[in-house]
Amino acid sequence: MIWATVLAGSAACYLLKIAGYVVPERWLEIPAVRRATALIPVALLAALVGIWTFTSQSEVTVDARILGLATAVVALLLRAPFLVVIVSAAVVTALARALGWLP
Amino acid sequence: MATFEETRGGILRDALGIGLGTGAYALSFGALAVASGLSVLQTQALSVLMFTGASQFAMIGVLATGGGAVVAVATAALIGTRNSFYALHMSPLLGMRGWRRLPAAQLTIDESTGMALAHEEAGPRSTRLAFWATGLSIYVLWNLGTLIGAVGAGLLDDPAIYGLDAAAPAAFLALLWPRLGTWPMRLAAGSALVVAVIATPLLRPGIPVLVAGAVGVAVGLATGAGSSPDESGSTAATGDRSPEATP
Repeated sequence: MIWATVLAGSAACYLLKIAGYVVPERWLEIPAVRRATALIPVALLAALVGIWTFTSQSEVTVDARILGLATAVVALLLRAPFLVVIVSAAVVTALARALGWLP
Repeated sequence: MATFEETRGGILRDALGIGLGTGAYALSFGALAVASGLSVLQTQALSVLMFTGASQFAMIGVLATGGGAVVAVATAALIGTRNSFYALHMSPLLGMRGWRRLPAAQLTIDESTGMALAHEEAGPRSTRLAFWATGLSIYVLWNLGTLIGAVGAGLLDDPAIYGLDAAAPAAFLALLWPRLGTWPMRLAAGSALVVAVIATPLLRPGIPVLVAGAVGVAVGLATGAGSSPDESGSTAATGDRSPEATP
């Protein structure tokens, strides 16, 4: 099942790239379509941030990942590189668990 | 205006630098994908075939939280729609016909488009070199990084001990951070985040992402996202001229 998902998702993403090279330009120049397309990645990624930070197995939870996300926000405000953002979030989360502050 | 010969060295250097940056970020994708339950081969297939980072992260994100195949594919595809706009923008600049558009399409992502548009002033040869050099550099290093990350994560026992479960939301946040420059974008992101969390205990796995995404887009449209031409968030996402869109 994972293979089917991987291949179908890859095909969909590739066809979307091809589409821009072959469809008539006017289709994609509709202002409402352009505005929605700018918003879709922001909204979906933000939704994933929420689910991955504040839920666990379909329950709303509070655990050490919140400290990790807070660390990521601070790192981003300090304009840290991508890898520093991710590693610092993981390290703080692991430390909070090791010290028993949060599960 | 700089000539092609003057800009060539700088373009190749920048292309390699962006490739190394995204390669480092591919390490975390590879590790997270394996921690989410994908095999090393499935993880690598995503980087070879899908090759658009945010969609790849989203797909493993949905699968890891128990979402079904249809939702995972829909989420990845929706996030990939911005590549259609990049392609639309690149099509006249690359000036290609026939089969050559097939490899060009696969390399049409945030970074290659951003680099190409940043060098548009220097003429068509510089624009095309920036696109191909950046696209190929990222393609190679993104896949190499994915492999190292995936194999490395397979050697760990429990990802939660290492805080890897917090690395995923940090990665998503870092991906959307450059697009949060305006209030409509922030409101869209904030409302989507809150709705996703509230909906998670109420709806089947995977569905909350789509519901929250729809709410976020509606909030963004209602508050005027993308209506101002100098809005960095929307220009980066729709492939307008934006040297700062990368990486």
